[in-house]
Amino acid sequence: MGAKSEKNKPFPGGIGRFRQKYDNNFLISFGIMIAIFLFCFLMIATGNATRHFKSLLVPAGINIILAISLNLVVGILGELSLGHAGFMSVGAYAGCLFSIYTQELFPIGVRFPLSLLVGGLVAAFFGLVIGVPVLRLKGDYLAIVTLAFGEIIRSVIINLDFTGGAAGLKNIEKHTTYTSVFIIILITLFVILNLINSRHGRAIMAIRDNRIAAESLGVNITYFKLLSFILAAFFAGIAGVLYGHNIGSLTAAQFDYNRSIEILVMVVLGGMGNIKGSIISAILITIIPEMLRGADKYRMLFYSIILIIMMLLNASPRFAEFKRKIRIKNLASALKSKSRQKEEV
Amino acid sequence: MSFLSQLINGLSVGSIYALIALGYTMVYGIAKMLNFAHGDVIMVGAYTIFTAVSMLGLDYWIAIILSVVFCTVLGIVIEKIAYKPLRKASPLTVLITAIGVSYLLQNIVLLIYGSHQRPFPKIISVKSIKIGENLVISGEAFFTMVITIVIMIILTLFIKNSKTGRAMVAVSEDKGAAELMGINVNRIISITFAIGSGLAAIAGLFFASTYGFIGPYSGAMPGIKAFIAAVLGGIGSIPGAMLGGILLGVVEGLSKAYISTELSDAIVFSILIVILLFKPSGLLGKNVTEKV
Repeated sequence: MGAKSEKNKPFPGGIGRFRQKYDNNFLISFGIMIAIFLFCFLMIATGNATRHFKSLLVPAGINIILAISLNLVVGILGELSLGHAGFMSVGAYAGCLFSIYTQELFPIGVRFPLSLLVGGLVAAFFGLVIGVPVLRLKGDYLAIVTLAFGEIIRSVIINLDFTGGAAGLKNIEKHTTYTSVFIIILITLFVILNLINSRHGRAIMAIRDNRIAAESLGVNITYFKLLSFILAAFFAGIAGVLYGHNIGSLTAAQFDYNRSIEILVMVVLGGMGNIKGSIISAILITIIPEMLRGADKYRMLFYSIILIIMMLLNASPRFAEFKRKIRIKNLASALKSKSRQKEEV
Repeated sequence: MSFLSQLINGLSVGSIYALIALGYTMVYGIAKMLNFAHGDVIMVGAYTIFTAVSMLGLDYWIAIILSVVFCTVLGIVIEKIAYKPLRKASPLTVLITAIGVSYLLQNIVLLIYGSHQRPFPKIISVKSIKIGENLVISGEAFFTMVITIVIMIILTLFIKNSKTGRAMVAVSEDKGAAELMGINVNRIISITFAIGSGLAAIAGLFFASTYGFIGPYSGAMPGIKAFIAAVLGGIGSIPGAMLGGILLGVVEGLSKAYISTELSDAIVFSILIVILLFKPSGLLGKNVTEKV
C-alpha cells in the first residue's frame, strides 16, 4: 500500500514529503511576502523609493504581524478578541523598558532581539493570565472581556510611574529597520502557518466548526484555545516592541479600542482564516489612508462600512455562489466544458 | 461630600445604567445577540435632543418625544438592514456586524457635528431636595431615579400581562416552538429592538443631563458599562438588569470617591471578569445547560 502510493506521487521521496507538509496556501503566503520584500528592496536599491514610501514600510510590516496574529484567534479559533491592541501595548512597554534599562549591559545586536523576545513573552504571559479565566467563556462574553482587558491595561499604564504615566515613554532608541520587520514577519508566518497545518491546528479549527463535536472527540478545548490565544498575544507583543522602536515614544492612548478595531478590519477585509488575505489587506489598510490624506475624516467611516458589508456579503448565499463562479479554477473548467461541447457539436 | 450623598449619586448613575442594560438584556434574551450599537443609540438620542432644543429651539417635551421616536425608528432600521440577514449566521459574524454598526453611528455623528464636545441643554429642572444638615439630593438625580423605577414597573407589567409581552417571553425561551404557535418572530424581534432603543433615548437624556456634555463617543463607555451591568445581573433577566445597573453605579461612584477617579473604569471592568469567573450566569440569571 505504502509503496503504491509512493509510486503514484510525481516526486517520490523528498519533494513529495515537502509538498505534503507545505501545501499551496503555505507557499503562496511566503511567496507573496518574499515578492513584496524583493520589490521594496529593488525600489530602495535603485533609489526609486521616496522618503514617504520608506516611512510606510515598517508600519505596514507591523500591521501584517498584528493582522496575522489576530487572524489566528478570530479566523482559525473563531473567537472575537477586541483586546489585541492591549497585548500590543503590554509587549511594547515591556520590550522598550527592557531596552532602555539594559542600554549599557548589552550591545545593540543582542539587546534588540532580546527586547523583542521580552516584549513577546510578557504579552504572552498576560495572554495566559487573561486567557485562563476568560477562555471558559465564549462568543460575546469573550469579546467584551478582552475589550475590558484592553481598557484596564490602558488605565493601569496611565496610572503607573515607571511607564511614564499619561505623558508616555520617551527616548526609545530607534532600532526597527525594514529588514528586521521582514524577518519577524517571516517567523510569524512560519509559526502560524505551521500551526494551522498541524494536528494542533486542525484541532483548533475543529473547535471553531463545532465545539461540542470536537469536545466529544477528545479535543481539549481549553488547551487549544489558550494555545492560540497566547501565541497571538506573543506576536502582538513583538509587533508592539517593533512599533515602539520605530516611533521612538509610547503613550497608552495609542493602543485604544480603535486600534483593536483597525486590526480587526484588516482581518475581516482579508477574509477570516485566510492568512494571505490578512497580509494583503494589512498593506492596503496602511497605504490607502496615506494616499487619501484629504479623506482622513472618512477613514473610520469606511472601516465601519467595510465591516458591515463584508459580514453581510459573507452570510449571503448569492454572494457565495458568485464567488464560486469567479474562482480561476472553476472558470477554467467551465471554459473546458464549453469547448468540449463545441467539439461534440 | 458625605458617604450618603456619594451613595445617592451612585444610585442615580446606576439607574441610568439599568435603563441601558434593559435594552441589552431584552435584545440578548430574544435575538441572542449582543447589540454593540446600543450604547451609540443613546448618543444619537442625546444629539437629537441637542439638535431640537439648542439648534431648532423646539420645546423640551417635543424634543424628548422626537428623540424617543427617532431612536425607536433607528433601532428598527438597524435591525432590518444589518441584523435580519444574519439570523442564521454564526455569532461571530453578528457580533462583528454590530461593532460595525456602532462605529458607523459614531462616525456619522462625528461628520455631522464634529468631534468636540457640545454643552447639553438643561432640560430637567427639578429643585434639589434637602434632607437634614448636609445631605442634598440634586433634582436631576431624584428625577432620574423616579422615572427609571416607573419605566421598569411599566415594562414588567407589559411583559407579564400583554399579549406581545408574553410572545416576547415565548420567543426568548424557544424561537422554533414560538413560531409554531403562530407568533411572528420577526415582528417580535423588531418590537424588542424598538422598545430597547426607545429606552436608550430616555437613558441618553438622563446621561447627557447628568454630565452636561455630549460627544460622538460619549455613548460607547456607558454602553459597555451597561452591558457589564446586564451580565452582572444575569443577561436575559429584566430584574437582573435593574439590580446589576444599580450595583454597578454604586460601585463606580464609591470607587471614584474613595479610591481613584482614573482607576474607576478599571475597577468596574475587573468586576465583570470576577463575576464571569465565579458566576457566569450572573446574580439573577438561570444556568442553562447546553443541549446538542
